[in-house]
Amino acid sequence: MNLTAIKAIYIFEMTRFFRTLLQSFVSPVLSTSLYFVVFGAAIGSRIETVEGVSYGAFIVPGLIMLSVMTQSTANASFGIYFPKFIGTIYELLSAPVSFVEIMIGYVGAAASKALLVGLIILGTAFVFVDLNIAHPVAMIAFLLMTCFSFSLLGFIIGIWAKNFEQLQLIPLLVITPLVFLGGSFYSISMLPPVWQTITMFNPVVYLISGFRWAFFGEAEVSIGLSLLAIALFTGACIAVIGWIFKTGYRLKS
Amino acid sequence: MSAIVSAKDVTKIYEGGFHALKAVSLDIEQGEILALLGPNGAGKTTLISVICGMVNATSGSISVGGHDIVDDFRGARSLIGLVPQELSLEPFEKVINSVSFSRGLFGKPRDDAHIEKILRQLSLWDKKDARVKELSGGMKRRVLIAKALSHEPRVLFLDEPTAGVDVELRKDMWEIVRGLRADGVTIILTTHYIEEAEAIADRVGVINDGEILLVKDKAELMAQMGRKELIIELQDPITEVPAALGAYDLVIGKDGQSLEYAYDTRGERTGITALLSDLAAQGLVLKDVSTSQSSLEDIFVGLVGDAA
Ligand SMILES: Nc1ncnc2c1ncn2[C@@H]1O[C@H](COP(=O)(O)OP(=O)(O)OP(=O)(O)O)[C@@H](O)[C@H]1O
Ligand SMILES: [Mg+2]
Repeated sequence: MNLTAIKAIYIFEMTRFFRTLLQSFVSPVLSTSLYFVVFGAAIGSRIETVEGVSYGAFIVPGLIMLSVMTQSTANASFGIYFPKFIGTIYELLSAPVSFVEIMIGYVGAAASKALLVGLIILGTAFVFVDLNIAHPVAMIAFLLMTCFSFSLLGFIIGIWAKNFEQLQLIPLLVITPLVFLGGSFYSISMLPPVWQTITMFNPVVYLISGFRWAFFGEAEVSIGLSLLAIALFTGACIAVIGWIFKTGYRLKS
Repeated sequence: MSAIVSAKDVTKIYEGGFHALKAVSLDIEQGEILALLGPNGAGKTTLISVICGMVNATSGSISVGGHDIVDDFRGARSLIGLVPQELSLEPFEKVINSVSFSRGLFGKPRDDAHIEKILRQLSLWDKKDARVKELSGGMKRRVLIAKALSHEPRVLFLDEPTAGVDVELRKDMWEIVRGLRADGVTIILTTHYIEEAEAIADRVGVINDGEILLVKDKAELMAQMGRKELIIELQDPITEVPAALGAYDLVIGKDGQSLEYAYDTRGERTGITALLSDLAAQGLVLKDVSTSQSSLEDIFVGLVGDAA
């Protein structure tokens, strides 16, 4: 393992994040605050509690997940797409580093930043609502797993994308809808039965449900299923990346 | 001397079927400066890209320092520094970070003194905290060189290092290249300019249309260049060279009415005076005398023209 190289990539990426501090951290905090105001205050005043939790508190896990998933995907996809776009990828390809090391550097940095954003949002949430976290360790673990698995997905998207439109396409067309329809802002049990069944095919439901369990000790689907869903998703991403690295797909001509 | 880079029958067919390299074999010797000379689209960048790992060869094999570039890519690549043709740099990064990053990427421990030395050598030290996008084109080229030198390569590829570079920097660059060579670094550079190859290289390789047409010592090429031909037109045609003139290796021209004599302008004596008096002694009447000289340019154009 060329650990020095992994560190170099990681630090280079983190420097880029901190250079754009405003976009990186201020904007997620701002948009989360808006969600709290709109959903928490406006809608929350009409819905007393969901599953025994105040609506304001109920949406916290979903909000964090929404941000963490979009951030992970965006960070990792941009991180590897940008060197392709400006041509600096030549350096990664000609260095004595394996693809696995390149991936660890980029995915590690993207996940770290998403984790930071997630924690900042959690901190912001304490300002707006009363929160007791039932299983803090499990909460962090779920957060970490989500950061990493969605950064892996972002990494794939970044390698696949041939232009900026494609880079936006998957997050816009797939991830955002899945997250919104995955019970970020409501309980699945509030849906009509048909939609409840359809929703069960949405992998994000399992992540949010598991994450919510870590907060409130209640889950809509069993925790085992949630873990299985994350494992399957991560496994699928790793398999695709393995194939990309084997073939040099869209990295080497 | 032993080959530090050895390419055997390297072929590259790009997606879409274009043959960019056609069974290229090339041995680059340890410590030499090799200039790859060739027109646009000859395959220079492709060859370098295959050796450095940006492009997969379709067939053939390459080793660098005895390490196969596929099976032992770490061993091979840790010896190589590359200055690409395009000015590809992260625009928002500081010069010094960009250069340090390269060193880290090659797994070398941090060495601020070495980085400083390189930046000073390339007159970039006072720009070390500038963002790359604030630099001029020539400065960017220097940053690329600094990045390649940051990890102390044993083999350095310079892909058209003088494109868009002024005379001053060009001199500095040759200074650095000679310094590296004195340290035993092998240098491969590509260029369109014959003068450049002449000025700096030990050997010159000519590549065109994906094929290496020749690789020769520069001295040998210069010797060819230094050769001149004396063409002697005769009053009356002859069928054979008189035996008494055998020592001159004369060739009878196509029309049988001229003799061609090759000589070295840098030789101690050209033998022209003796030849002319011997010709007179043989009773041959001269009509006219002219000379012609082949330049590296002629050789090059001839080679490329023949191949086309
Ligand atoms: N990625 C690619 N896909 C398809 N064809 C390519 C690709 N890269 C290069 N080629 C083709 O291969 C040939 C050789 O290109 P290459 O860049 O190696 O030439 P070069 O000798 O470096 O030329 P120049 O002096 O212009 O830099 C060209 O005809 C080019 O169009
Ligand atoms: Mg080129």
